[in-house]
Amino acid sequence: MTNRKNWGYFLPYGLWLVLFVIAPVALIVYQSFFNLDHQLPLNNYATYFQSGVYLKMTANSIWYALLITLFTGIISYPTAYVLHQLKHRQFWLLLVILPTWINILLKAYAFIGIFSQAGMANNFLRFIGIGPHQLLFTNASFIFVATYIQIPFMILPIYNALDDLNPAYVNASLDLGATRWQTFRRVIFPLTLPGVKAGVQAVFIPSLSLFMLTRLIGGNKVITLGTAIEEHFLTTMNWGMGSTIGVILILAMIIVMQLTNDHDQPGGFPR
Amino acid sequence: MKRLLTIVALLLGVCGLLAYTSHTLTTSSGSTGAKVLNLYNWGDYIDPQLLTKFQKETGYHVNVETFDSNEAMFTKLKQGGTHYDLTVPSDYMVSKLKQAHLLQPIDRSRLTGLTNYDPMFLNKSYDPGNTYSLPYFWGTLGIIYNDRFVKPGSLTHWSQLWSPKYRDQIMLIDSARDILGMALAEQGHSMNTTNPATLRAATHKLNALSPNVKAVVADEIKMYMIQDEAAVAVDWSGEAAEMLSHNRHLHYVVPSEGSNLWIDNLVIPKSAQHYTAIYAFLNFMSRPDNAAQNAEYIGYATPNRRAKALLPKTLRNDRQFYPTRQTTRHLQIYRDLSPNVVQTYNDRYLEFKMHH
Repeated sequence: MTNRKNWGYFLPYGLWLVLFVIAPVALIVYQSFFNLDHQLPLNNYATYFQSGVYLKMTANSIWYALLITLFTGIISYPTAYVLHQLKHRQFWLLLVILPTWINILLKAYAFIGIFSQAGMANNFLRFIGIGPHQLLFTNASFIFVATYIQIPFMILPIYNALDDLNPAYVNASLDLGATRWQTFRRVIFPLTLPGVKAGVQAVFIPSLSLFMLTRLIGGNKVITLGTAIEEHFLTTMNWGMGSTIGVILILAMIIVMQLTNDHDQPGGFPR
Repeated sequence: MKRLLTIVALLLGVCGLLAYTSHTLTTSSGSTGAKVLNLYNWGDYIDPQLLTKFQKETGYHVNVETFDSNEAMFTKLKQGGTHYDLTVPSDYMVSKLKQAHLLQPIDRSRLTGLTNYDPMFLNKSYDPGNTYSLPYFWGTLGIIYNDRFVKPGSLTHWSQLWSPKYRDQIMLIDSARDILGMALAEQGHSMNTTNPATLRAATHKLNALSPNVKAVVADEIKMYMIQDEAAVAVDWSGEAAEMLSHNRHLHYVVPSEGSNLWIDNLVIPKSAQHYTAIYAFLNFMSRPDNAAQNAEYIGYATPNRRAKALLPKTLRNDRQFYPTRQTTRHLQIYRDLSPNVVQTYNDRYLEFKMHH
């Protein structure tokens, strides 16, 4: 009876899993075996790994995703740390989460307004006398906007990890003669590492396949795998190749998950 | 157990709701009632007043649904479950739809306005004898420039875009066919070439343009050009018309050595049901007064020569949008290329975009 009961409770989640996770992934993998001429399976993969363009694009995507993750981390950890010590921290945390309620497209358009020749940023540069600069369509602006968009997804897990940290450890470390820096390096940081890892997972993977931003902010001067997938599905109608890149992204995701996986109690993954 | 039942019931409820939504969604893709016409059109591509006028005259209510790319429209028609009576593909898409057996021939005996059309836009390679299509609007690919940064009249040829004086000044429309086509036209090749070596040469030519390219963007080009963000852009005449109406410093030019001529057409998909309404609409739209009104509203060039004669002189004689015969002679219509060639175009284009 207990077994049946457990199985029954699994039903809703199981259905969800099959319909919205397993079936779509299976379809993508299935599609990826067909190229335009319905030739040999794995043909798309051969094309992918023999094409300098795709490999360079993959390298590009990984490089930009790394940079975005790195900058997000550099900004998020201290922010989460400070937030955690504030008095009305739930309120400040809310302010961090608030931008995620706004559609990414709207945020991108807002940045177009800020970075354009007649925009706020250039007006400021003119005011302090270093003239207007080309800000839009540069790698720097792309990374800036992507980082801005990803920051909340890094702050939250780190914040939760800090929340889980027992203050007694910190006090003990300080009492036993460790300096503030030693306490941070030897106690706080290692204990909140699961949060950082969760943040990396939440930021790195979506960054690999950003595509709207590459056009709107990067002016297609930054090309990532997302651009290629969009093109294969919408322009060339080569769904096979698009799916192949999708599968490769899934594999990349698994690798990142493995690298950042923590077998201990994770720091929490609130979303 | 009770809670389990609740969960299952809830799940079934959600499934039922989804099924219902999906059902209403598919049925709303074209109503099947009697006095209607289901038009599947590009966004904002017909004067809404004409639809009111059509309903007043004939009693048919026009349901308009929109798409934003030929490919999206093709996919939707192919998947079925739609009841569109008319749709508006571009030239190459007409032949693609034809090949996929998604179109019905037009019964010419029921048309009354065929003689109004300029023969230049009839009997084209994509649909010989106009068995399946009637031209709706036409246009070109060309260069838009801002006379605050570029001397008026000084920019008339593709090759000038490669000049170092336009460094980081040019915006390109994000379209493989058009941008590679531009490089091909600059080199004096056909914009429909399938020769890999020619395409490779065009890609090299494009790569050399990279330092001048400020960005490769889509619809946003209009906004940027209107806001003086860039000096030069390569875009379609229809988009140019809209930019020009918002910024009087902008000018449009079709390079005389060759460019693309595109024609959007009215066609009847296989799924059509309301034939009386369809022919009433086709005849209504080919009437010179209506076609002229539509052309004035949309700002694109009309293939209806009697409608063109009704347009205000400034519009009719605008060489930007109704280029001289000399230029028109060198315009090329995109042919529907095989999927593999389309793939090659896109791969080469991607290569160009990745080039810095």
